[in-house]
Amino acid sequence: MHEILAELEAKRERARLGGGQKRIDAQHAKGKLSARERIDLLLDNDSFEEWDMFVEHRCTDFDMDQQHVPGDGVIIGYGTINGRLVFVFSQDFTVFGGSLSEAHAEKICKLMDQAMKVGAPVIGLNDSGGARIQEGVASLGGYADVFQRNVMASGVIPQISMVMGPCAGGAVYSPAITDFIFMVQDSSYMFVTGPDVVKTVTHETVTAEELGGALTHSSKSGVADLAFANDVEALSKLRHFFNYLPANNREKPPVWPTEDPADRIEMSLDTIIPNDPNKPYDMKEVILKVADEGEFFETQVSYAKNIITGFIRIEGSSVGVVANQPMVLAGCLDIDASKKAARFIRFCDAFNIPVLTFVDVPGFMPGTSQEYGGIIKHGAKLLYAYAECTVPKVTVITRKAYGGAYDVMASKHLRGDANLAWPTAEIAVMGPKGAVEIIFRKDIGDEEKIAARTEEYRKKFANPFIAGKRGYIDDVIMPHSTRKRVARSLAMLKNKDIENPWRKHGNIPL
Amino acid sequence: MLKKILVANRGEIACRVFATAKKMGIATVAVYSDADRDALHVHMADEAVHIGPAASSESYLVIEKIVQACLDTGADAVHPGYGFLSENSKFHDALDAAGIVFIGPGKKAIESMGDKITSKLIAQEAGVNCIPGYTDVVRDAEHAVEISAGIGYPVMLKASAGGGGKGMRVAMNEAECRDGFERATNEARSSFGDTRIFIEKYIQEPRHIEIQVMADGHGNVIYLGERECSIQRRHQKVIEEAPSPFLDEATRQKMGEQSCALARAVDYQSAGTVEFIADADMNFYFLEMNTRLQVEHPVTELVTGQDLVELMIRVAAGEKLPLTQSDVTLTGWAMESRVYAEDPFRNFMPSTGRLVRYAEPQGDGVRVDSGVYEGGEVSMFYDPMIAKLITYGDNRNQAVERMVEALDNYYIRGVNHNISFLNALMVHPRFVEGRLTTNFIADEFPDGFNADLVVQDDPAIALVVAAAAHQLHQERGSLLSGHLAGHEHAAENSWVVMVADQQSPVTVELTDSGYWVGLNDQDYEIETEWSLGQPLFQASINGKRVSVQIETTAAGYKLFYRGAEINARVLSSRAAELSSHMLYKPPADMSKYLLSPMPGLLVKLAVMKGQEVKEGEELAVVEAMKMENSLRAIQDGIVAKVTAVEGDSLMVDEVILEFE
Repeated sequence: MHEILAELEAKRERARLGGGQKRIDAQHAKGKLSARERIDLLLDNDSFEEWDMFVEHRCTDFDMDQQHVPGDGVIIGYGTINGRLVFVFSQDFTVFGGSLSEAHAEKICKLMDQAMKVGAPVIGLNDSGGARIQEGVASLGGYADVFQRNVMASGVIPQISMVMGPCAGGAVYSPAITDFIFMVQDSSYMFVTGPDVVKTVTHETVTAEELGGALTHSSKSGVADLAFANDVEALSKLRHFFNYLPANNREKPPVWPTEDPADRIEMSLDTIIPNDPNKPYDMKEVILKVADEGEFFETQVSYAKNIITGFIRIEGSSVGVVANQPMVLAGCLDIDASKKAARFIRFCDAFNIPVLTFVDVPGFMPGTSQEYGGIIKHGAKLLYAYAECTVPKVTVITRKAYGGAYDVMASKHLRGDANLAWPTAEIAVMGPKGAVEIIFRKDIGDEEKIAARTEEYRKKFANPFIAGKRGYIDDVIMPHSTRKRVARSLAMLKNKDIENPWRKHGNIPL
Repeated sequence: MLKKILVANRGEIACRVFATAKKMGIATVAVYSDADRDALHVHMADEAVHIGPAASSESYLVIEKIVQACLDTGADAVHPGYGFLSENSKFHDALDAAGIVFIGPGKKAIESMGDKITSKLIAQEAGVNCIPGYTDVVRDAEHAVEISAGIGYPVMLKASAGGGGKGMRVAMNEAECRDGFERATNEARSSFGDTRIFIEKYIQEPRHIEIQVMADGHGNVIYLGERECSIQRRHQKVIEEAPSPFLDEATRQKMGEQSCALARAVDYQSAGTVEFIADADMNFYFLEMNTRLQVEHPVTELVTGQDLVELMIRVAAGEKLPLTQSDVTLTGWAMESRVYAEDPFRNFMPSTGRLVRYAEPQGDGVRVDSGVYEGGEVSMFYDPMIAKLITYGDNRNQAVERMVEALDNYYIRGVNHNISFLNALMVHPRFVEGRLTTNFIADEFPDGFNADLVVQDDPAIALVVAAAAHQLHQERGSLLSGHLAGHEHAAENSWVVMVADQQSPVTVELTDSGYWVGLNDQDYEIETEWSLGQPLFQASINGKRVSVQIETTAAGYKLFYRGAEINARVLSSRAAELSSHMLYKPPADMSKYLLSPMPGLLVKLAVMKGQEVKEGEELAVVEAMKMENSLRAIQDGIVAKVTAVEGDSLMVDEVILEFE
């Protein structure tokens, strides 16, 4: 008996070493942690239960039968983050470069199947050179098996990808389907084809970092939601992020106690809207002053900065925030902003997280690049996302809510539950200047008349009361009481229960 | 008594005057420019009158507008504050003509004291010490020696056309005087083409000491002690105190009596200040007389217990001074710091913008004279002073200690401020000893100010506060709903606090009144009621009262204590251990980039990608607060990439373009 126990320990010891100390050292030299170290930092101390430690590949070609490493390049299992269940797979670059074999894929699938059965999130720590080429089509099949599970799990359990090394070719499509992609600066990259192929095909010279590094994807392509400085920071922030997410689509978002009073007054919000309607202000200040304890976990910080997305808590419970940012492109909706916000809203809707929207939007972005890029369909995604959404929707209009963009931004017409406006709100078809130039076309050229008409229009329409008369907004509120009013609205909506008509699925304008 | 006072000023001084007027039951009127529509002084007054655009030349300095505002509101008196029209005799005339009382001295005093030469002549006649000197041109070296003997060494030989230190020589004795005269003459010839030299007494270790006088219209003149304002940066006062740590009673009395004599000589009434320069031997010499209420008047108020604004109002209303010289006593010590919106780490560049967060310190012996509020604006159109922070104590040490504590509690976000610098001054050993001169800042901070000059007396404080805050975050995290039943997670309690590369292992335990932290075999008992999200971690740590400003950041915690900003990360011991594998990433070399120096609008991009630019060529124009700031090339180069487009709203340090 004793010997058998000792043998188990020896086998475990072997598995824990992965590709061996030398390769672990090499990983460290690159500023990367090993797959196991990453799990250590992600999960609560001693909470990890590993599965499939002894799985090995079954490939015999190219001398692969001579090379076996228990675990086969991926560590899977479950554990807790702040006491809450989570399933994790962590690819081990020290074992065959983290490449995905048939057995490696099976392990991931097994993990995901289990997560689906119990309704718990899956976090993937990606660090893989790609397909196990020696295995050929079996490896490709493995990828597709994972993709299928990613799609089935989408909207059922939260799926998060943390890309901490290479992720290229077909491998990118698993993270692509997951709800959030985070990357580590300077050590991770994602692309469909690497720099060498790019060079051959398009004659572009580009580094892996420029083509698909963390900064590229978090600021240019929008593929990544955030880029972190290094592994340690990334995993610590991921733990923090996890606190906002419910376990699955049947559960409410997690709650914790807070001493921050729900009726906290912020007098300084009464002066945030500048006297000059064309002067920007920082919408993030409004978000921070409304949020519990001034904490805001912003996603896609560097991408489509004209719209802000992220999570806050109100009375201890997660809330998704979408807000126009007047500091960037005057807060106009363009293609990138529409896509960014639409996807965020759909995540919140899928996982019962209420959506709080702050509106200061002069309209959709004009121009050929936007029209040729398909702003019609992309803008419609945002409209669709808001309209389809059944979670509590609270909307605060701080300043401009013009034209179609007003309709889109969680208006009452799109089933907004509580639509509140600051006294500075201007809910109108367009800004006074543009409107006057159309209504009083004949007076263009007569500056005095135009100025008078503009002032007349401003007085008449550049306020929240016209919309208020029609009940398009529920109340006009003092900016300083925004937190209190939002908190009460959310409390009132706690048991909101509506359902969309049965269908196989809607047809969002992709 | 006056019925309604209009204050022809803005900011803290307008608020200051309103406070006293209210106390006296006098109605108040504010005036404001476009930029001050939402300013505090406008809210404080019973009535407010708009007087024009933001530029003070079109609003606060326009005499007719102020007079009209008085007539429109029925104000029977005007308090001018300081600056603006406070020492303008034409304003005085205009008010006289309209039958409105000017709360300040008579025209004669304003005019005569406003002229540098006249004021010195009057002072000399009144028996006030003036800097001995020979204002006519010196003929030759022998003549110079003769004059110097009369003045007494050391002397300063100055080129008449001099400036920037050129053509100036200090002589300690006859030989140096001869030599210095030749050299100064030569320098003057080569630099200015003008060889005229004059001589005056050279003041060693000069200190700026001023006397507060108060006079009524009935011939009563008193002095209310002195203020020392030696701590100046480029002739701008930074710290003032009363009394001076330097003067003895006899000298104080001499200065006071001379000041009163000068006031009498010009029929002074109201509050005035006679400025002196004092040397190391306690000789003092007249500089000038300020015929208004000084910025730094609060320190005098605290040590004398008088309300100077009230005295001004009573005197202006024709009342007799309610006290005589023998009633004036100096009790305790008062210290004033001028809190400016400027960045001490960037060569004190002025900063403007919205006060996103603003909370003033409170407590025993703490007074804040300010004209701003959270959510208000520090405008570029006026003086960048945010507030005056004044502390009072039984003695100088207590006043300084309270100042240090108050600075820790002063919470300002949204604009840069000089709190770090003020703190560095307050804890500077030479300052604490009271060895001040007007060259203090130039002597002690010869290369400007930087973060390394901020000294922490106890670096452990920031570490244990970060640890305690982290513990509370973790404890609360463990209360999150949805735990795996039977496997609930309890927060850990040992951490490693990392500041830069320094790792400090800590153990934290919750106690009834706060936390216990173990750090480096030391126990730290923290008593606090701090809760998550509060910006000030106010606590007693091992019996010592501390206040640390704390915010959570992407990477951990940003703390602000004793003038220092400390970025701390609190990691599990495993994470700290594995941190050693993380590669150091040197901050990007930004010299190849053109960065926006301030938040603003990019109104013009003058160059394109690939364009060659020469040093001094305009690259872009950033508009901030209606001011266009031209950004120019600091060296020749080629534009590699343009990252911003015209019309972009730029953050500070946002990249506009990149050079090859």
